Amino acid sequence: MNLEGLRIALGGIVANKLRSGLTMLGIMIGVASVIVLVAVGAGSAAASRQRLEALGSNTLTISTGGFGFGNRGGTQSRVIRIEDSDVVALSDKVEAPSVKLVAPIVAANSIAAVYDGASTTPQQFQGTNEALFSIRNYKVESGVAFSDADVVAHAKVAVIGLTVAKNLLGDNADANTLIGSEVRFGNANLTVIGILKPKGTNGTQDQDNIVLAPLTTVRDLISGSGTSVSQVIVQATNRKATDSAQTEVLNILLSRKAGSTSTSFLVLNQASLLQTQDANNRTFTVLLGAVAAISLLVGGIGVMNIMLVTVTERTREIGIRKAIGARRSDVLGQFLTEAVLLTMLGGLLGVAAGLIGSRYTIVDVKPVVEPYSVFLAFGVAVAVGLFFGIYPANRAAQLRPIDALRYE
Amino acid sequence: MMLAEAPPLARNVIDIRAATKVYGMGDIQVHALRGVSLAVERGDYVAIMGASGSGKSTLMNIIGCLDAPTEGEYYLDGADVNALGDSELADIRNRGIGFVFQSFNLIPRTSALANVELPLMYAGMKKAQRRERALAALEALGLADRVDHHPNELSGGQQQRVAIARAIVTSPAIVLADEPTGALDSVSSTEVLRIFDQLNQFGRTVIVITHEQEVADHAKRVVRLHDGSIYDDVRRAAVIGPPPMAPGRVA
Ligand SMILES: Nc1ncnc2c1ncn2[C@@H]1O[C@H](COP(=O)(O)OP(=O)(O)OP(=O)(O)O)[C@@H](O)[C@H]1O
Ligand SMILES: [Mg+2]
Repeated sequence: MNLEGLRIALGGIVANKLRSGLTMLGIMIGVASVIVLVAVGAGSAAASRQRLEALGSNTLTISTGGFGFGNRGGTQSRVIRIEDSDVVALSDKVEAPSVKLVAPIVAANSIAAVYDGASTTPQQFQGTNEALFSIRNYKVESGVAFSDADVVAHAKVAVIGLTVAKNLLGDNADANTLIGSEVRFGNANLTVIGILKPKGTNGTQDQDNIVLAPLTTVRDLISGSGTSVSQVIVQATNRKATDSAQTEVLNILLSRKAGSTSTSFLVLNQASLLQTQDANNRTFTVLLGAVAAISLLVGGIGVMNIMLVTVTERTREIGIRKAIGARRSDVLGQFLTEAVLLTMLGGLLGVAAGLIGSRYTIVDVKPVVEPYSVFLAFGVAVAVGLFFGIYPANRAAQLRPIDALRYE
Repeated sequence: MMLAEAPPLARNVIDIRAATKVYGMGDIQVHALRGVSLAVERGDYVAIMGASGSGKSTLMNIIGCLDAPTEGEYYLDGADVNALGDSELADIRNRGIGFVFQSFNLIPRTSALANVELPLMYAGMKKAQRRERALAALEALGLADRVDHHPNELSGGQQQRVAIARAIVTSPAIVLADEPTGALDSVSSTEVLRIFDQLNQFGRTVIVITHEQEVADHAKRVVRLHDGSIYDDVRRAAVIGPPPMAPGRVA
């Protein structure tokens, strides 16, 4: 495309500023919405991925249908529980080679923490062992974690999340001052030995509103739990091994529990959850992109409409140009350039608007701009101009000079 | 002195044979041309006259390759125009023929200079050279101080001179004008006619449509149309030599 043609096309656009502006607006909105909506889709995908990964990677959560929809069929004669001995069996390297770490959890509900007159009820109060810290990626920011020795010793210690500390001390206090202090949980006093590094919210839950204590200590707090555990968290040796770990774990539990079937246990597979989530997110993003693409298409029809008006309006001019030697290709090029320039300018504005729009948090999602969407949207905008410009431009090019000159 | 510039080559640069033009299809047909044969020699200066609706413009549009006859043949410089494609016709309109319209037909919102440059652009000439030639053409027509004006800032006579500059800037062998003075006052008309005389004197073939006898007086040959046919064809001066009213003839 030579500079001359560009100048002529630009002149055509400038000659009708308002009309060209409105047409460009259509393209601009189309391009901007593609970029923003894809960014929102990508942002929400990233957020949910983060949420799942915060739970720990390559992990399986096993319970006996204790949550979710009841797996306890009416025919079941005896309630199946996972016991400490089962937890030990799951750690067997021969029977379960894909399992790296096993952490039992005993959950205690609605146990209030009281310190210096302040009181709070942590969202989660869990008894567990040392492995959980590693599985769930809990980092102890200050102080220390408890060890398996503490579990054996029924040590009266606890590691708490930042939210719990703040609830007890007040928002502005230094959480570290709590380390070494005794906090009353139910009817026992536990010494705070560590504060967890904050994980923030996972979207539904404040992950720092948590108290972790040795399994045995929590059992002492809540009477009647015997040797059973609420959940077992299993970490596979790597992400690919999660499926085989699931099979191994299930086989061990089935052989150990008389009368159990595969539906007796509820296994949450983090990897497959992630996969489903990813697939869902992709569908969501594609859907958003499709909606935006439609608006781009509508913008393109606007371009075609305006170009048809322009060609009709300038029929005489086309006639003059042909009379002094313009070829069909010259006329075609002129109007096609005008259409593409129109969408290109609209597209550039749309890219700018899209990038600016993606800086804001939209319905609680921090949009993540996907570079491909910028190029795609801009490219499609230009292609739209080309596609929807061809018909009007061709109409202009095919005009017979004498008919165009006589046009009133 | 000026005689020397007229090309002595006497052959038919335009040769139309039994051309008919029928407008409209179906019931209402208008026979604008009913078998017109016209041969024009190189260097001739022809005036086409006739009542309104007699087919003058129709004939001129065919000569200028803006339109095609319904039937009949047209040889331009020996080439069969009916056999030419769109881009060849565009080239003829660009370099072979300069067309001057009654209504000027300048491109609006475009300077006089840009209007005159346009044919050169379509001819593929470089910007600098184009500018130079367009400026020279405008200057030759006394418009040196109006090059940056847009058509709506020019008088009718000035617009027509810009249009003539545009028609001749590619140095076409043939200049066609459909009532070029129709929209002009007598002073501007005289000026335009003087330009046509000069063009013819420099060897261009000139064909002018007119209603006015004063305009026809400038031509070497007067062809009269009636109801789509030629009924009168008078030679007033030799093809070779200056046109009857040219100042060179008097001098
Ligand atoms: N596009 C057209 N469609 C139908 N009829 C047409 C068309 N153009 C011209 N005609 C008819 O053809 C005939 C000749 O028209 P033309 O324009 O050649 O006349 P003219 O001699 O130039 O007249 P004038 O002196 O008024 O310009 C007229 O009867 C006119 O009505
Ligand atoms: Mg006419």
